[in-house]
Amino acid sequence: MNALLDAVAAVGRALLGACRLIGQIALFALEGLSHLARPPFYWRLFLRAFLDIGYYSLPVVALTAIFTGMVLALQSATGLSRFNAESAVANLVVLSITRELGPVLAGLMVAGRVGAAMAAELGTMRVTDQIDALTTLSTNPMKYLVTPRLLAGLLALPLLVLVADILGVLGGFIIATVKLGYNSGVYLTNTLDFLQTDDVVSGLVKAAMFGFLVTLMGCYQGYNSRGGAQGVGAATTYAVVSASVLILAFDYVLTELFFAR
Amino acid sequence: MSNALETPTIRIRGLRKAFGDKVVLDGIDLDVAPRTSMVVIGGSGTGKSVLLKCMLGLLQPDAGSIEFDGQDVLRMDRREAEAVRARIGMLFQNGALFDSLPVWENVAFGLVARHKVSKREARARAVEVLAQVGLAATVGDLWPAELSGGMQKRVALARAIAARPDIMFFDEPTTGLDPIMGAVIDGLIVDCVRRLGSTAVAITHDMASARRIGDRVAMIHRGRIVWEGPATALMDTGNAVVDQFTHGSREGPIQMELRR
Ligand SMILES: Nc1ncnc2c1ncn2[C@@H]1O[C@H](COP(=O)(O)OP(=O)(O)OP(=O)(O)O)[C@@H](O)[C@H]1O
Ligand SMILES: [Mg+2]
Repeated sequence: MNALLDAVAAVGRALLGACRLIGQIALFALEGLSHLARPPFYWRLFLRAFLDIGYYSLPVVALTAIFTGMVLALQSATGLSRFNAESAVANLVVLSITRELGPVLAGLMVAGRVGAAMAAELGTMRVTDQIDALTTLSTNPMKYLVTPRLLAGLLALPLLVLVADILGVLGGFIIATVKLGYNSGVYLTNTLDFLQTDDVVSGLVKAAMFGFLVTLMGCYQGYNSRGGAQGVGAATTYAVVSASVLILAFDYVLTELFFAR
Repeated sequence: MSNALETPTIRIRGLRKAFGDKVVLDGIDLDVAPRTSMVVIGGSGTGKSVLLKCMLGLLQPDAGSIEFDGQDVLRMDRREAEAVRARIGMLFQNGALFDSLPVWENVAFGLVARHKVSKREARARAVEVLAQVGLAATVGDLWPAELSGGMQKRVALARAIAARPDIMFFDEPTTGLDPIMGAVIDGLIVDCVRRLGSTAVAITHDMASARRIGDRVAMIHRGRIVWEGPATALMDTGNAVVDQFTHGSREGPIQMELRR
């Protein structure tokens, strides 16, 4: 009986802890966004973060997208050949890439690359008093450090995903025409015929959300890190893990909102 | 120097701060008169840095009041408190330089943030202040990571005083400097107080430096101010705790605690 009560209490505590954490992160996000409405806005820092996410992540996202497109074409061709539906390959590749794999894979890659770096940078600034120093120099650290990054994530990831979409389809196209011997004109027609604006737009909305989540978790974990190098290391890990899990969870939620009408 | 009738620039009463069940500050009372400098001394880990951070609003005290010119910052709304804190320049114990910015932008940071000066003006002023702390203009283009520890400290000092704040906090300004540079920095701090008419609070472990900088000295021990008096009386206070500390002797009331 006592053991049961203990277990219930432990679950309750964990739940309360989770609620508090979610509340804290939500407040952090709201405060970060609220500074958009109050000048000054640090353009230079925004541009730096934007370049870091949108430009310097291009190589890894491009490679991921091309290979994913190639694999999709290959897998679906072998799988669908049993049903004599090779024309569906183009359709499957373009829909999977634009709706799902483009945003999710780009989000995960950026979480590993940018989210981790943000957590480490802000975490180091926290434990070396640099964030406190900002306050003493009449600069709001949320406005200076967090707001530009959140906005950069929100705006840069959709652009990145647009590139990923194109390269993913290109990867599928290459395999379909070169290896599987499909007619390139027919493949392209199939691709464009099936594609609807909604598919691309929903993917880009997802991308914006994921970009926001990645930068939010990077900033939150870094900003609130404590306890020296070890604390910064932990913050970096949490930033990547929590951003990755959140991306997959929100991917489901957004898909439900967009397509399960 | 201090005038008893004048409202103190800083007046602290009953300040308490604990981390968990570890009480660090246990009822600090301290007055700092306008245009004077107060040196705070005390053993390592007695809460000197915590005291400065409470005054800056970086830590929330558990109880007590902190008044600047008679206004309690702990009871002000956020905007008012920010305005008061904008008057303060702070040198952090570890420098806390922004490592993503070159040295000159570090030094000019407060100027740009507060007074919206142009880039060129900010740079000229940064070079000027760097010269005051004994650093060449070329240092301005280096990154903080490229400097020695003592140079970083001096850059941090330059950043703290660049905007000519009327209240200045220095957390161990001369630790890690050679004796000559230490004396130069002490002189610079005294200069800021005398010439600019600023009010300063400095923490130091160096008694020579304490007597050079301070008009008055206060000693923290076990969360309280155990002695406060003119810097000239520092080496001969008649207080057993202070005398042991200032003379660095191994025997005395402070060591008794270490043994326990
Ligand atoms: N953020 C914090 N969380 C928990 N404990 C803290 C924190 N900051 C300081 N302390 C504790 O408060 C005490 C006082 O620290 P503080 O940094 O003020 O010492 P100090 O007097 O400046 O010492 P030193 O001369 O070595 O710089 C220390 O025992 C420290 O462990
Ligand atoms: Mg200290």
